Amino acid sequence: MNTLKYQSQAVAKPYFIFALILFVGQILFGLVMGLQYVVGDFLAGAIPFNVARMVHTNLLIVWLLFGFMGAAYYMVPEESETELYSPKLAIILFWIFAAAGVATILGYLLVPYSTLAHYTLNELWPTMGREFLEQPTITKIGIVIVCLGFLFNLGMTILKGRKTAINMVLMTGLIGLAVFFLFAFYNPTNLALDKYFWWFVVHLWVEGVWELIMGAILAYVLIKVTGVDREVIEKWLYVIIAMALISGILGTGHHFYWLTTPEYWQWVGSIFSAIEPLPFFAMVLYAFNMVNRRRREHPNKAATLWALGTSVMAFLGAGVWGFLHTLAPVNYYTHGSQITAAHGHMAFYGAYAMIVMTIISYAMPKLRGIGEANCNRAQVREMWGFWLMTVAMVFITLFLTGAGVLQVWLQRIPESGEALSFMVTQDKLAIFYWLREIAGVFFLIGLISYISSFWVKEKIAS
Amino acid sequence: MSERFTKGMARNIYYGGSVFFFLIFLALTYHTTKVMPERDHRENITEAVAHGKELWEENNCIGCHSLIGEGAYFAPELGNVYKRRGGEAGFKAFLNGWMKAQPLNIPGRRQMPNFHLSDKEIDDLAEFLKWTSELDTNDWPPNIEG
Repeated sequence: MNTLKYQSQAVAKPYFIFALILFVGQILFGLVMGLQYVVGDFLAGAIPFNVARMVHTNLLIVWLLFGFMGAAYYMVPEESETELYSPKLAIILFWIFAAAGVATILGYLLVPYSTLAHYTLNELWPTMGREFLEQPTITKIGIVIVCLGFLFNLGMTILKGRKTAINMVLMTGLIGLAVFFLFAFYNPTNLALDKYFWWFVVHLWVEGVWELIMGAILAYVLIKVTGVDREVIEKWLYVIIAMALISGILGTGHHFYWLTTPEYWQWVGSIFSAIEPLPFFAMVLYAFNMVNRRRREHPNKAATLWALGTSVMAFLGAGVWGFLHTLAPVNYYTHGSQITAAHGHMAFYGAYAMIVMTIISYAMPKLRGIGEANCNRAQVREMWGFWLMTVAMVFITLFLTGAGVLQVWLQRIPESGEALSFMVTQDKLAIFYWLREIAGVFFLIGLISYISSFWVKEKIAS
Repeated sequence: MSERFTKGMARNIYYGGSVFFFLIFLALTYHTTKVMPERDHRENITEAVAHGKELWEENNCIGCHSLIGEGAYFAPELGNVYKRRGGEAGFKAFLNGWMKAQPLNIPGRRQMPNFHLSDKEIDDLAEFLKWTSELDTNDWPPNIEG
């Protein structure tokens, strides 16, 4: 059965499937690292911690990018009311990106990192070895080429079709993503400058332009599942992302407190990042309001659950847990502790992993020719996945927060001489790390349940 | 409210507000880069420091350690390790001994790999960490433990 409005939307399917495969890999490496936190020499020869972490974070970034691309290929034709400019280009870019991604991950796993750096001629244009930007320079160039082709394809589609607010917001977000990634190629010898502009990629992605992508996907799914008037949904989309950028751009200052930067950043960063939770709170009100005012009962309950869930978890993870340690006098003690890790986990899951699963949940039944929604049994299985993963992530965050508070108490607050050393402190945090690892296993069970829902079919009554 | 506050107005706030605050951000960035030389004493970046940074990157040190609070939280902060482990008098000897003793192979302990660096390379890495420890970081970290 063909249930797509525009046939070219079908190119989104491989993007979504591959995203979920990488997601599974991300979680498996997360569990390895989690165990290494307490059993330090676990697999230390085969997968040293730094390798596991690089794979864990890079898989996250790449699967989210695959998810965003799939979302854009699915949404833009329907929003523009025209077929995609070139479905063939979209498929070619999929294979290039997938091959480059797999090759890079295998490079991390199979040879020492310094060997990978030499093989890929890092010395010609050194960009490697910086957190989240560990990819060989050649991979980074590949990412830029894929992004350019992707933006060209979408841009040509929008130019010949309808220009909705969702399209425009999505495009500004994606163009911003590509533009700010270019700072990954700037790696001065001066560490202070290196760090300053490194944040132009990292912060302006996740607390800037990615929020536009998230907002656009959420607005699209809300229009579809609630049937509320587009004018209303798009108006509030603009309000929310305006707040996100107005707070988030100068909010970058919360990374410039301890970086050979002038003290005024402590004020600018504190004030503007204190506003950053507001757009996320507005997103919760917005999602729940629109669902309450729905004009139709959409059969895809799971997609609605993901849409509501992502707003709440993004508010908690990015908003509340971000605020916890964003004020300069607090950050002085918490900077680079497990509190940062706690915030990172819930924010990425809540805002970005969940928004990708929202659009996958909405679009996959149509892409697979099933119809508006999966059968009831499959949706129930999917919702089990939702709750297990989400609750597990809440516990992961709470345990890491506990570890972080104790770490700050033992290692950061006492004077030199009385403070415990890093390694001694880590031993005292072991119970929290064990609990976090257990919560991580529950997360994996949730993920397995979620993935398995794609194979669940309605029982035929005999 | 909902009738008078239109989508067009919301759109203008989005585009106008973003551009306005981005320009302020660029202006502050410009000012920051102008005054940074006084705080990062870049005149002390020797060839050894530059090479040390390359070694830091090519061995993915940030994958376990943090440097001025950024990186992984699996192993100790190294932004001030120069001061914590001996300073002028003892740091270079300490680092050389430490790097060569890896992996420690203590059962259950977090394990640092051996990166097989030469004496010259370890010395350059030490120069990089020394230069880093002298950055003016507004008094961060709060104590010597990092």
